[in-house]
Amino acid sequence: MTVSQSRRQFLQGAAGLVIGVHLPGAVAIAARAQGAPKQPALAPNAFIRIAPDNTVTILSKHIEFGQGPWTGLATLVAEELDADWSQIRVENAPGDVRYYANLFMGAQLTGGSTAIANSYMQMRRTGAAARAMLVQAAANEWGVPAAEISVADGQIAHAPSNRKSGFGAFAQAASRLPAPQDVTLKDPAQFKLIGTDLHKPDTAMKTNGKAIFTQDLHADGMVVAVVAHPPRFGARPVRFDDTQARKVSGYLKSAIIPQGVAVYAKSTWPAIKAREALTVEWDESGAFKKGVKAIEDEYRALAQKPGASAAQRGDAAGALQKSGEVVEQTYVFPYLAHAPMEPLDAVVRFDGTHCAMRFGSQGPTIDQMAVAAALGIPTQNVSIDVRLAGGSFGRRATAGGDFAIEAAMCAKAYGDAAPVKLVWTREDDIRGGFYRPFFVHRMRGAIGADGVPTAWSHTLVGQSIIAGTPFEAQMVKNGIDDTSVEGARDLPYRIANFQCDLHSPKQGVPVLWWRSVGHTHTAFATETFIDLLLEKAGKDPIDGRLALLDPASREAGVLRAVKELSAWKGRRAGDRAYGAAMHKSFNTYVAQVAEVMRDAEGLPKVTRVWVAVDCGVAVNPNIIRAQMESGVGYGLGHALYASLDLDDTGKVVQSNFDSYRSLRISEMPQVDVAIVKSQAPPTGVGEPGVPPLAPAVANAWRALTGVVATRLPFGQRSAA
Amino acid sequence: MIALRTIAAGVLAGAFLGLAMANGARSAAPGETLKDAAAFSAIADKHERSVALFSEAMKVIGHPRCVNCHPAGDRPTQGDDEHPHNPPVVRGPSDIGAAGLQCPACHMQRNTPVLGERIKSVPGDPQWHAAPIEMAWQGKTAAEICAQIKDKTRNGGRDLAQLHEHMATDHLVGWGWNPGAGRTPVPGTQKQFGDIIQAWIDTGAACPAN
Amino acid sequence: MRFSVNGEPVDVSVDPDTPLLWVIRDELKLTGTKFGCGIAQCGACTVHVDGMAQRSCVTPVSAVEGRAIVTIEAVSGKEADAVRAAWIAHDTPQCGYCQSGQIMSAVALLRENPSPDDKAIDEGMAGNICRCATYPRIRAAIHEAAKKLEG
Repeated sequence: MTVSQSRRQFLQGAAGLVIGVHLPGAVAIAARAQGAPKQPALAPNAFIRIAPDNTVTILSKHIEFGQGPWTGLATLVAEELDADWSQIRVENAPGDVRYYANLFMGAQLTGGSTAIANSYMQMRRTGAAARAMLVQAAANEWGVPAAEISVADGQIAHAPSNRKSGFGAFAQAASRLPAPQDVTLKDPAQFKLIGTDLHKPDTAMKTNGKAIFTQDLHADGMVVAVVAHPPRFGARPVRFDDTQARKVSGYLKSAIIPQGVAVYAKSTWPAIKAREALTVEWDESGAFKKGVKAIEDEYRALAQKPGASAAQRGDAAGALQKSGEVVEQTYVFPYLAHAPMEPLDAVVRFDGTHCAMRFGSQGPTIDQMAVAAALGIPTQNVSIDVRLAGGSFGRRATAGGDFAIEAAMCAKAYGDAAPVKLVWTREDDIRGGFYRPFFVHRMRGAIGADGVPTAWSHTLVGQSIIAGTPFEAQMVKNGIDDTSVEGARDLPYRIANFQCDLHSPKQGVPVLWWRSVGHTHTAFATETFIDLLLEKAGKDPIDGRLALLDPASREAGVLRAVKELSAWKGRRAGDRAYGAAMHKSFNTYVAQVAEVMRDAEGLPKVTRVWVAVDCGVAVNPNIIRAQMESGVGYGLGHALYASLDLDDTGKVVQSNFDSYRSLRISEMPQVDVAIVKSQAPPTGVGEPGVPPLAPAVANAWRALTGVVATRLPFGQRSAA
Repeated sequence: MIALRTIAAGVLAGAFLGLAMANGARSAAPGETLKDAAAFSAIADKHERSVALFSEAMKVIGHPRCVNCHPAGDRPTQGDDEHPHNPPVVRGPSDIGAAGLQCPACHMQRNTPVLGERIKSVPGDPQWHAAPIEMAWQGKTAAEICAQIKDKTRNGGRDLAQLHEHMATDHLVGWGWNPGAGRTPVPGTQKQFGDIIQAWIDTGAACPAN
Repeated sequence: MRFSVNGEPVDVSVDPDTPLLWVIRDELKLTGTKFGCGIAQCGACTVHVDGMAQRSCVTPVSAVEGRAIVTIEAVSGKEADAVRAAWIAHDTPQCGYCQSGQIMSAVALLRENPSPDDKAIDEGMAGNICRCATYPRIRAAIHEAAKKLEG
């Protein structure tokens, strides 16, 4: 399927029978223009299309790249619409902040594990509104009171007159009715779909090659571009010589763009080959030439001094001073690349005034604004057709729209209003920056006579992912970027004297949120350090944590649940050791127990992981389990194997999966998941499975070997 | 630190490297040159000459290009540092990989250049496979390997003449001298190596002492 | 170069060093086979060449002259049917990008070993990376497919 066909189908659909196609809420637009209201006016037309064949297509305002928002959002709509799951289809909504804003952010953006949380009421209300419109249309047609009409499993029925119909027959009539401004939602006890293991609507097409990703898009006259990127961050292209590249059959031309040199060819392979044959002269006067070794030395020195205070209660410094024995650890976390399976890409057509983009945009609002600014055109002249993406883990959303701009510049520099497909190779991806920042944490703690921790001092050193972006003014307060200290400043354990402070040195390495953001490092530091303190006090890891928590808390709830699920018997059993960790992120609570042994080479082998999760109402338990499995696998690969290093001249050492090691199936443990029953509003699951994994494994490894893992990744020989 | 971490990030390299070093297995290092068999004619004692010839042959036999596919375990190794092969392939029941992931899934009939920045080519040969476990060389001393390659139960049933033929003419053995872009070849030529093996056989195929 | 793809004869004139992957994707417009790494590390580009799983990103098109290529779009037979059904039953894919390669490897595995245990699955599938870590469901789905083939 080509894009143009897909586009045509979309337009045909839009011109046909669509609920409320003629009423794209002037109300909604007006409301949105004044900022995103918490409870937007209902615009079912923006989210639901009903076809004559009764299929219901949900437009997902959140991009699907594996975490299941298509299923989740569609479930919410279908529940209140009383649709049958088999009639549901889902597509990504196009870039349009008027309708598709993340209600927590005011921008169209998928991130922070907020898809279900921000959509829960909105999508249910949308489904309920569409249902009401269908019912009213049926009532008008049948000449019966709307109140006598029932809807179930995709059927509209009027029992007294024995009439029954699918949705399709009333879609057009319903579309002419005004959207109700108020709707009644179901009592959760009536849920038929929410809380069940509905199959994902995007599964089948991902088993037969029919799922179309950006990489798969073709268009008439399309040109493929790859970009020769600078060898170091901050270097700029000066000139290039394409004498050798011109010998590559299919090569078209090259052009300097701000991001490097764009190499154009008729198809992908000639573009890659021509780039290899190109010589580029770089201006490295502004290049970043420091290695991770120097960065680590710098950070270790900074960690000895207190930074900007992120949280304080009691007098941690005083209590440490008075303590007989201070426990101290310094942790080092490497830069990490996201490395989604589909390398970054975009198809762009720029005719000088309008820029039409098709790609897996995670933050269409940002990308539209950034591209418009880069091209010098109004934001409304940038359209984004959001496509399925092959993973992201945060990489497809940047505060400045980095690769969206690069794609647009490729199209602009090529000219001729030709569709240009920008393709990154894996080397571009691994070496392209926007990493999880390098961090050093210094932890100090003291234990009282009763074995209870009395003091906790936590100093973090690492680049802010927000500083220097348009979000800085809003998100960095008093020198504290909350995303640097989230999970550390809000340590859940009762410790009388507590302090958390932060240094945010600047480096020329582009950094970014990475699946679970600050929690990727804060959870490791806090959860291994508390485990160490408990061990020194002779306490059990789970009972010891529970003793420092309110028994009624959700933190305590997941700890008790994982204790039961794993049939916890303590830190050691034969040749295996067990480690526990608990962490709250994005308002979801996760506790894990890892079972670890030594493999034949003496290295850590994780054989099982038990997970307990409390994410409020479980909209789709199957997806929650899948995301916990995914978080375990993603967390484990980076805990044991992956590191993104800069050599002493500032060059990225790794370049592909040979050197940036990914978890393989043979390294994946068995995962068992328990979902804690809850009536709290649903929260996300895409990220919260990641943070507890590494500390749980490290705690087990310490129990097995006595070695405290202070440098990640720790799956190498040196850790044994 | 960077270099070490790089290796480790590759695939837990240190484990195998450490093992190999501890056992003093490798007598060859990349960059060495191979002497002609004639260079040993000055050694008067036949046994000594034979031992010296074998030690010279170890520059080839013990070279990472050869040892990597004579693994002591299930997994072949890669690179001059002999780190475990990534992806983590196994020899399988017939030494050409596991069901679903056989050597030819990636290793073509000949070396295939690739446009990566670290890996310059994927090595290939029509017979690409791992040596059977009884022919494992990884982690062994020259004396052990010497005894092993003369032992018909551990050398594929070859007598010394067949052993020479294998060393001197086998295409997959010859790959060591033509390992593709990005890989250090074994020293000398296959002919030179064959001549050394022949001279070693002619002098009694003596083995070095442990 | 002449060979067949999914049973259809094809004749392409491209540089002989062009990887089969890009011929399949860009020339033949069969986009189910994915580009993930270009150096045979991730397995997203796996196709069948004369029935055997092969990484099309390091297969020069000149190497498949006269051979029969099958891609995810057309892979068929009892193993393929069982694998697809099990993949759907377990909702195995997440982002889905690697899954074409996973399925092609799984089908090859089951053809060579109809009843693999966990170890055999891990060994046969070790060349396919899934960054979403759908591995537990891949294992479960292969077991289920094997069971179906048995019965």
